[in-house]
Amino acid sequence: MTKHLKLALIAAASVSLLAVPAQAHRAWLLPSATVLSGTDAWVTVDAAISNDLFYFEHHALQLDNLSIMGPDGKAVTPENVAKGRFRSTFDVKLAEPGTYKVMVVNHGAFASYKLDGQNKRWRGKADQLATGIPANATDVKISETQGRIESFVTSGKPSTDTLKPTGTGLEMVPVTHPNNLFAGEKATFRLVLDGQPASGVNVEVVPGGIRYRDKLNDTKVTTDESGTFSVTWPGPGYYWMSASVRDDKSKIKNAQRRNSYAVTVEVLPQ
Amino acid sequence: MRLLITAALSTLAAGSSLAAEATISVDIPQLNVAEYHKPYVAMWLESADGGKITNLAVWYDVKHKDNEGTKWLKDMRQWWRRTGRELTMPADGLSSPTRAPGTHQLTFDAAAKPLNGLTPGNYQLVIEAAREVGGRELLRVPFEWPPKAPATAQAKGESELGTVALKLTP
Repeated sequence: MTKHLKLALIAAASVSLLAVPAQAHRAWLLPSATVLSGTDAWVTVDAAISNDLFYFEHHALQLDNLSIMGPDGKAVTPENVAKGRFRSTFDVKLAEPGTYKVMVVNHGAFASYKLDGQNKRWRGKADQLATGIPANATDVKISETQGRIESFVTSGKPSTDTLKPTGTGLEMVPVTHPNNLFAGEKATFRLVLDGQPASGVNVEVVPGGIRYRDKLNDTKVTTDESGTFSVTWPGPGYYWMSASVRDDKSKIKNAQRRNSYAVTVEVLPQ
Repeated sequence: MRLLITAALSTLAAGSSLAAEATISVDIPQLNVAEYHKPYVAMWLESADGGKITNLAVWYDVKHKDNEGTKWLKDMRQWWRRTGRELTMPADGLSSPTRAPGTHQLTFDAAAKPLNGLTPGNYQLVIEAAREVGGRELLRVPFEWPPKAPATAQAKGESELGTVALKLTP
């Protein structure tokens, strides 16, 4: 098969809404604890992009688009934000009881084009596209990328207001509360794309601790027509779940859209 | 976990004229460890289907300044998910300080709170212990309420709890 034919097939495959193969690297947020009690609860969250979960061995995760939503729906300011070589880190004071959502939501664009017979690539924010790509460029292919990386922590009694989706991009709506997960029990979640059920999407579930075992031990599940999927946790620990889809619903003209979602959850022993 | 149920009919029959009650005896084992903290212990009753929870006692570090001892309540993780996270600590008649190694007895009057709220049926006494820088253990003792005859039931722990015995007097 020639290189051109391969590229054509890849381009054709990405037109409709379909699952995309997992990325080589995994982006994650890892809270120091997810279930807390007491009057002065804090968590430290590590944020990194790595191969093995949950070891910081590749890149620190950019925190430019970090936000934290408190149980009352208001933004919580992260404290002690720092970026190291392999990980970023920040603290969250859980001043009120309830469930907090920690998220890094990235929105950007990616383009490939030809200029004077040479292949070029461009990456940036969607609104910089017009100036980023030369006017005389040809064969312009644009992808809009929406990525969401999340984790949840609860102080005291779990609350549910923070679990509501924003209605933009690919999101997970917990049916089972994400801070009430126990080994051997089944948990149910829904994936939504722009607030609508994301059906037929593959979700990869990977337990942490990869460095000390030979097999990935991942589970793949597919969402049903209501976007729902379930996981029965084989054992306690942190898990990473991710999914991504492509469609042509980009707000950018003639662009493909790639949506990805990743979440870290903690499963407690019985 | 070994489980032993005996209906002690002969000797306890004489006690039937007394008020109905439940006595729980909990053995906190002496441990030979470098850093020892008295365990946090929670005791509760669960209906057979796990649906109804009746709290009996919570032992935690109530003397810690600014109620900071509540930080480790979640380590009793089954109690925490079932009922602990819904409560405000300290709680009158429920919480008390941690106890030293030895055997501790608690007696509950059937006619008073919280036992007077129990509908007839099958229950489990659940006891969960979690120790700072140590381990955690949970034991279950099944029983029927109200008791038709004097009865005892017990479970034996392997690490954080010794024998937990339940004595029911009709």
